[in-house]
Amino acid sequence: MQILVVAEHDGAVLRQATLSALSFAQSVAQSTEGTVHLLVLGHQLASVVAEAQKFAPVLAADSPELKSPLADRYAHVIARVVNERNFGLLVAASTSQAKDIIGRTGGLLGGVMASDVIAHSIEGSELLLDRPIHAGAAVATVSLVGSPKVVTIRTSSYPPVEPLDASCNADNLPIDSSSLPQMITLESVESKASTRPDVTEARVVVSGGRALKNSDDYERIVGGLADALHGATGSSRALVDSGITPNELQVGQTGKIVAPELYIALGISGAVQHLAGMKNSQTIVAINNDLDAPIFEVADYGLVADIYEAVPELITKLRESQAN
Amino acid sequence: MKILVPTKRVVDTDQKIRVSEDGSRLEIDSLPFVINPFDAIALEEAIRIREQSSTEVEVVAVGIGCSEYEEQLRSAIALGADRAVKIACEETLDPWNVSVVLKAYVEQEQPDIVLMGKQAVDDDSNQAGQFLAAQLGWPQATFASQIEILDQSLRVHREADAGIEVVSVAMPAVITTDLRLNEPRYASLPSIMRARKKQIDEVELDTLGVTIEPRIRTLKVRTEQSTRTCNRVDNVGQLLERLRSEAKVL
Repeated sequence: MQILVVAEHDGAVLRQATLSALSFAQSVAQSTEGTVHLLVLGHQLASVVAEAQKFAPVLAADSPELKSPLADRYAHVIARVVNERNFGLLVAASTSQAKDIIGRTGGLLGGVMASDVIAHSIEGSELLLDRPIHAGAAVATVSLVGSPKVVTIRTSSYPPVEPLDASCNADNLPIDSSSLPQMITLESVESKASTRPDVTEARVVVSGGRALKNSDDYERIVGGLADALHGATGSSRALVDSGITPNELQVGQTGKIVAPELYIALGISGAVQHLAGMKNSQTIVAINNDLDAPIFEVADYGLVADIYEAVPELITKLRESQAN
Repeated sequence: MKILVPTKRVVDTDQKIRVSEDGSRLEIDSLPFVINPFDAIALEEAIRIREQSSTEVEVVAVGIGCSEYEEQLRSAIALGADRAVKIACEETLDPWNVSVVLKAYVEQEQPDIVLMGKQAVDDDSNQAGQFLAAQLGWPQATFASQIEILDQSLRVHREADAGIEVVSVAMPAVITTDLRLNEPRYASLPSIMRARKKQIDEVELDTLGVTIEPRIRTLKVRTEQSTRTCNRVDNVGQLLERLRSEAKVL
């Protein structure tokens, strides 16, 4: 199967999510004696393309109109590349950006699409895909009928690949600006700069829930513990709804899906919708003053305590041992 | 202005999901069903747009399904939809076929905005809205947390990976809703009683001239239970000790 992976980048380097998408693509390519190409879209792509070449042969769509990832023009270009070059499988990591863009691309390519794939196998010539449904309460094994197939994968289920031994080649695709749809205008982006790692990429994630009363407490308790562990911060839906945390920190069924080595849930009750976003973490710790909180059912370690007392103590002890 | 709100009938999210003995399907027939929460948010937003508009706005709720769907469509009327339409269909459609049916219906109904949930909480695909926009050749603004109606366009705040993106699109457009767009109201008892007498328009699938071609074949389903046993610790010191020596994560 000839496979095209759509890369995500920040203008300088590939996002780790793309390296997870490559993991899925390389596995399918191996089992089907196929090839993998990386499609990079954007503007002034020299450094991103150079990095991408370390992972796969690259197709570069470089144009001023592609500077921002807007669904109308990105989907148009991606679909054209898939059709013109006869790719049988289009792959991307299931980020918000991909849901927007690859979703529309799937619609242009006939809707043979499965999203949030967590496992796959090849049986005979059939590609079988596992995907979670009902907020992860169940998993469906599906097969896509038709071609080209479009798949997005959960980064929490596919570890990032290593670079290859040698760089591959890169092709610049001619982009006719006048043919690009321009139906969506980007007015602004509001994003909080953070020195902390991305919640989907960090080894340790510390998440806070309803028990936290305001942003200062969140920073002190959740942020403080995350910093002591060099980790990322996450949030339950409740805190985002009340404006205490920004939306991009929400872990859950309709937010970010994470599976770090260590997930610490502070003052989070453990609603099904939150568990959907973190229950596959390697080690789960829960601190909650409610003995019966459902979070304890998915935790490896549970401490019934008030996070306002337990977490400062935890931070102090961690800092002490780091100083020694 | 006409706003079309496609809705899906889904199992209430807090229900315990069971799988059939042979693993071929979910056993959900006897569980309570609701309007997909994200579609309820879409309906609420459409009604608010009508309430705040100085010009005429019509809100039409549409659902694709069989006779049981009428209950949810009546709820849509009770909440404030001007009209509710059922597109009669016995089988459950995958996102592609939902978008094929909706596209044909949109071409009949000619709304200015299609306002729908970003994902259905049973399937969690997050595809149908985007598929529909692509097929119609309309702009899309997904994961909306705020919508402003401007003169000839819409300004939409979108929940993105790194924060909030603000975009503008001309109408007609497809908008999908995210959690924080609004908090849906409850229907009052008088509205519920009135809705009982209202007509639900019915559209036969073959009048739309579409062909249903399934894109997804489900081979089996399974439930995922937690296999972890929670080790309760008494204090912070114990927790740190076990994370270091046992779990080896610190």
